[in-house]
Amino acid sequence: MSFESTLTVRVRRWRDRAFLALSLLCLALSLVALAALVGDLASNGLPRIDRAFLTSFPSRFASEAGLLAAWVGSLFVILVTAALAIPIGIAAGVYLEEYAPKNLWTNCLEVAMANLAGVPSIVFGLMALGLFVYRFGLGQSVLTAGLTLGLLVLPIVVVATRESLRAIPGYIREASFAVGGSKWQTIRHHVLPYSTGGILTGVIVAVSRALGETAPLVTVGALTFITFLPTSVMDPFTVLPIQMFNWVSRPQEDFHANAAAAGVLLLLLTLSLNGVALCLRYRSRKRVHW
Amino acid sequence: MRFRRRQGLRLEGLIEAGLALAAFLAVAVTLGIAGTLLWEALPFFREIGVAPLFGTEWAPLFAAPRYGLLPLLSGTLVITAIALLVSVPVGTILAIYLSEYAPSRAREILKPALELLSAVPTVVYGYFALLFVTPLLRRFLPDLGAFNMLSAGLVMGLMIVPYVSSLAEDAMRSVPMALREASYAMGATRLETSVRVVVPAAFSGLVSAYVLAVSRAVGETMVVAIAAGMQPNLSLDPRDPAQTVTSYIVQVTLGDLPHGSIGYQTIFVAGLSLFFVTLAFNIGGHFLRRRYREAY
Repeated sequence: MSFESTLTVRVRRWRDRAFLALSLLCLALSLVALAALVGDLASNGLPRIDRAFLTSFPSRFASEAGLLAAWVGSLFVILVTAALAIPIGIAAGVYLEEYAPKNLWTNCLEVAMANLAGVPSIVFGLMALGLFVYRFGLGQSVLTAGLTLGLLVLPIVVVATRESLRAIPGYIREASFAVGGSKWQTIRHHVLPYSTGGILTGVIVAVSRALGETAPLVTVGALTFITFLPTSVMDPFTVLPIQMFNWVSRPQEDFHANAAAAGVLLLLLTLSLNGVALCLRYRSRKRVHW
Repeated sequence: MRFRRRQGLRLEGLIEAGLALAAFLAVAVTLGIAGTLLWEALPFFREIGVAPLFGTEWAPLFAAPRYGLLPLLSGTLVITAIALLVSVPVGTILAIYLSEYAPSRAREILKPALELLSAVPTVVYGYFALLFVTPLLRRFLPDLGAFNMLSAGLVMGLMIVPYVSSLAEDAMRSVPMALREASYAMGATRLETSVRVVVPAAFSGLVSAYVLAVSRAVGETMVVAIAAGMQPNLSLDPRDPAQTVTSYIVQVTLGDLPHGSIGYQTIFVAGLSLFFVTLAFNIGGHFLRRRYREAY
């Protein structure tokens, strides 16, 4: 590669094409792997999904076990997660992008936020175990799980909020200031409404991430054998990915089919949520021309 | 009029304070994590000390407990290395393709398709590694165990590919067009321009992508817990089963764990080591990323 000038044009062109072929190969491999993953899950799991599977509690017998407790649990946990992560994430994003002065303190905030986005999810689980479960006495409940996941996905909402606020040109704000709008009025009536698309994308991605997250909830102490539905946020719980983890860790093949079926549902949820987010992002990018 | 204005100002101040409080939560959570881990791990260090951690056997729950962290670290190291061997080259090549070769319409379809890879829940990747990739690999490597580091590492690599490629592509796209045009004007091919102009110009961004990928791989849990087995094993052979720092935490918390017991303390020791390793990588990656963002 180092002495291009001594190589003939034909060799250099050939190298260029060879790299293109290599990159297309990598691309194909990644997409084939994704297809294999979806195909394998679907062929093992789809036959297992029926009405009874969705409306039964777990059981010692693979053929009688169902997902009822898991999907209701997931729904409860996600509601708590969203109630925490969405308002706080948007508020923090607005502060960092619109208000925060450039000084040491906000620099600390930035570093903390960047670090939070990269802390392994299981470490969030350990914090929740020590802090929420024992110190605050919240127990191994829906509330603990929702708070844990809420903190975990908070950086996703913050980053999405900041990016869509940053995309709004300065003259929109100046126009509002010029007619006497205060800072908050400007944000409330102009900046936020115009960035709804981007923020919504971030919120959807965050929810999808929280739906699929397993490790922190194992740490917090989610149960795998629950034969009742949660009625309040203080009840014990299980969620879809935990149920799938439990089934896939069993040696019996019958349970593996159950795991595949749970996986199909999980994939369906997360991939369709991400699909919606992609469409939203694409549309808001296409439609708005400043 | 004056009264209303003063009230408005007070409202403005309240709102700003509220928003600042929300942002402050990030710092509070970071401190909360570090504090909780330290606090819960402290009794372990007081009772057992640091020296036993350097032993070669990890069996904290046995009658004659051994607290050598090396087997967990070797498992983490091997699996992370395999994952990076997959995700760094593939991710970089894809990033070069997307940023320098692909026509814009192809990029608009391919990028989201790749992002779907990162939307798949990790527990599903674990299933894929255990029940699809391992049986597939066993056709070529008959002595491969049902649980092994190879398949966990490969699948984890696949999982991190879109992460690396999207961060690396961001870095390369922020290289100014003028540099590329200068290179093309001298008669360079796309490959020569990518390798000799764009990649060096985006270097700190690329390194930050790799650094963040390491942090991701070290902290990944479910794939390893499902596909690599749960036996601590001081081995560098990828065909062996192993336990990582993360999957040890899963194994212990799956069982019934009395608050304050020695088992309970060990998972916080494990978590503490994990937190500081990833903290170093994350902050390093953050500053590298900022450097390339400010460069142009």
